[in-house]
Amino acid sequence: MSAQGGRLSTFAAAMVVARRDFAAILYSRSFIFFLLGPLFPVIVGALAGGLGHRMETSGEPPALRVAMAPADSAAMLRARAALAPQIDEALPPMVAAAAEGERQHRNIGAVLSGTPARPRLSGPEAQIEAWRGPVALVAATALHGLPGPVPEVSLHATASSVASDRRGRMATAQGAQTLLFLLTMVLAGMVLSNLVEEKANKVIEVLAAAIPMDAVFLGKLFAMLGVSFVGIAAWASVAGLAIAGVGQGLPMLAAPAVGWPAMIALGIAYFAMAYLLLGSVFLAIGSLASTVREVQTLSMPVTMMQLVVFFLASYAMTQPGSGAEIFALAFPFSSPFAMLARAAQEPALWPHAVALAWEALWVAILIRAGSRLFRRRVMQSGPAPARKRRHPAQEVS
Amino acid sequence: MARGSGASMGVEIGEAPVTGNAASAVRLAIEARGLVKRFAGTTAVDGVDLSVPEGAIYGVLGPNGAGKTTTLRMVLGIIDPDAGSRRVLGAERPQDVARDIGYLPEERGLYPAMKAAEAIAFVGALRGLPLREGRRRARELLEAQGLGHAADKQIRHLSKGMAQQVQILGTLVHRPRLVVLDEPFSGLDALNQARLEGMIRSLAQEHGTTVIFSTHVIAHAERLCDEVAIIAGGRVPFAGPVEVARDRIAPAVRLETRAIDGPWRAALPADAARDGRFWSFSLPATGIEPLLRALIEGDAGILSLSIERAGLHDAFVAIAGEAAARALAQDKSEEAA
Repeated sequence: MSAQGGRLSTFAAAMVVARRDFAAILYSRSFIFFLLGPLFPVIVGALAGGLGHRMETSGEPPALRVAMAPADSAAMLRARAALAPQIDEALPPMVAAAAEGERQHRNIGAVLSGTPARPRLSGPEAQIEAWRGPVALVAATALHGLPGPVPEVSLHATASSVASDRRGRMATAQGAQTLLFLLTMVLAGMVLSNLVEEKANKVIEVLAAAIPMDAVFLGKLFAMLGVSFVGIAAWASVAGLAIAGVGQGLPMLAAPAVGWPAMIALGIAYFAMAYLLLGSVFLAIGSLASTVREVQTLSMPVTMMQLVVFFLASYAMTQPGSGAEIFALAFPFSSPFAMLARAAQEPALWPHAVALAWEALWVAILIRAGSRLFRRRVMQSGPAPARKRRHPAQEVS
Repeated sequence: MARGSGASMGVEIGEAPVTGNAASAVRLAIEARGLVKRFAGTTAVDGVDLSVPEGAIYGVLGPNGAGKTTTLRMVLGIIDPDAGSRRVLGAERPQDVARDIGYLPEERGLYPAMKAAEAIAFVGALRGLPLREGRRRARELLEAQGLGHAADKQIRHLSKGMAQQVQILGTLVHRPRLVVLDEPFSGLDALNQARLEGMIRSLAQEHGTTVIFSTHVIAHAERLCDEVAIIAGGRVPFAGPVEVARDRIAPAVRLETRAIDGPWRAALPADAARDGRFWSFSLPATGIEPLLRALIEGDAGILSLSIERAGLHDAFVAIAGEAAARALAQDKSEEAA
């Protein structure tokens, strides 16, 4: 007796494919390499530390907030402006407290209070030490012009500041983006290999005859996602053990603006979206290619595009509110990276719900388009190309 | 010999494609009308009609490139036709009866790392059979085919013939009502071809399963099929019972006479050719009796007389043309090589 009825639903069929792929990948050698994968970026990351530092400092520079009486503040700002033509780079950007309502300066490194005759600098120790001299110079100019006696600047060190918090969060955002990028690239590459293997095994027509092609795509993507979660669990365990073992020796990231639990949840969600977006594009590429070489050739532009997207998101992170950031947030492929960075820097959660919905829409569009392309390309001709070449008039059978 | 001779009626309609069965009287597993498929300007299939009776073994016969695979893919809904319609097991959309269909594509494919029983169960799962039940049935099927020892072996460790048998079993594990096999004999040795022929007969005779298979080897179709569709250049010049196809060619007569010459020679058909005492010609439309009467009255001295009915190959040549027959022969020799 046969199992009566139509074919499996897309989801049920996807699960059949995903279960097979998941088991096959988990017991394959490529999974071992996948688990070892993070070793390489850790090494590369250590080597590229200097570059990362430069990127971190390339954002909006920390400013000195002048919180004196209005007349004194105005005198200090005028003095800074007077000195700027000669030594602008040596002077900290200065913003008056009263002007903040007009444009919120996000990166305040220290606060200057008191009077020009007795200025008082409050902020992180390193920052106020660095600004002590320039502030004295500006105060002297505000009092009586140069040359003349330079007033003593009293220092009041604080444990933290908006600027150092921001720097720490930026480091967290940068780390999250890099991790996301590396994971998605490795996984999308594995999906592509998996599809090429599928074509080489010639199982694809068996699948296409029995279940919707969307389900084949979804199943493959889900399987790899499941594999990646196994990998992430393994890496997290190793990292946890390492932290427990080494303890204070490891550098600690600053807490993200949304808090660690939300950051981890969003990280997983954005990782899934970034991977599904890229994976569906790679699957579509797989449908266009008939050999491994073709796959490599066709996937190269996408890999390059993904690099550009990563750099765009990294740049946008340092330019909050700019057009670049808005573009990075809206463009589907950079959106997960940019939004994850935003999660590290901004506490609001609702934009993430919007972004995840937007990205999910694009995942659905790309999977549907990819599966249609796949179906049209793969099923348009019969096998035995050698024979066909001998019968050019009968290209299909 | 065909499995069921004259099970359904065949009629010839001039130059038009011939439909061999009375569609209105027979329940059809597949009914396709005017299927057309074009790829990049090439018309692969050009107005194909198929009527496959339920429970029949049906052959789609033609050389490589004739349009067999494309036709089967359209019938199964793997690709959509550019024109025409099809009804499979009563459903407009083949997808609506997907669980009742088993399909073996021409390009054989299995996951090399999968074990044989798992591979069969997986194909069944794609057709809605629960994995646990699929595994149980897979072992049963493997045992029945003498492949029980291979159940837990990875596909990569099986011979090509065994792997192909595993895939065929995957096609059957969910017990479909309609089995579609695209070039199922290709790549099999003689022993496995015979086994597969037995399996196909058993499916139709014991389980009432409709089996449609494509082949470029006429002998398989001749031995197995109730009906065939001859396809060449994307068209179907004949579709119907094998017997009807064979009847399109006049039987061959071979006559041996003691005398070589005489007035009786005038009674021989125009195509009669002599080789010593032997004469070969097609059986005249009037039958053999008038000729025999003339030979006896003319004292030709009949030493032997044989009348051979045309084979499916001759019918194929007559219907599809010499070019298609040559392509068929070439395909066969290439496969043998």
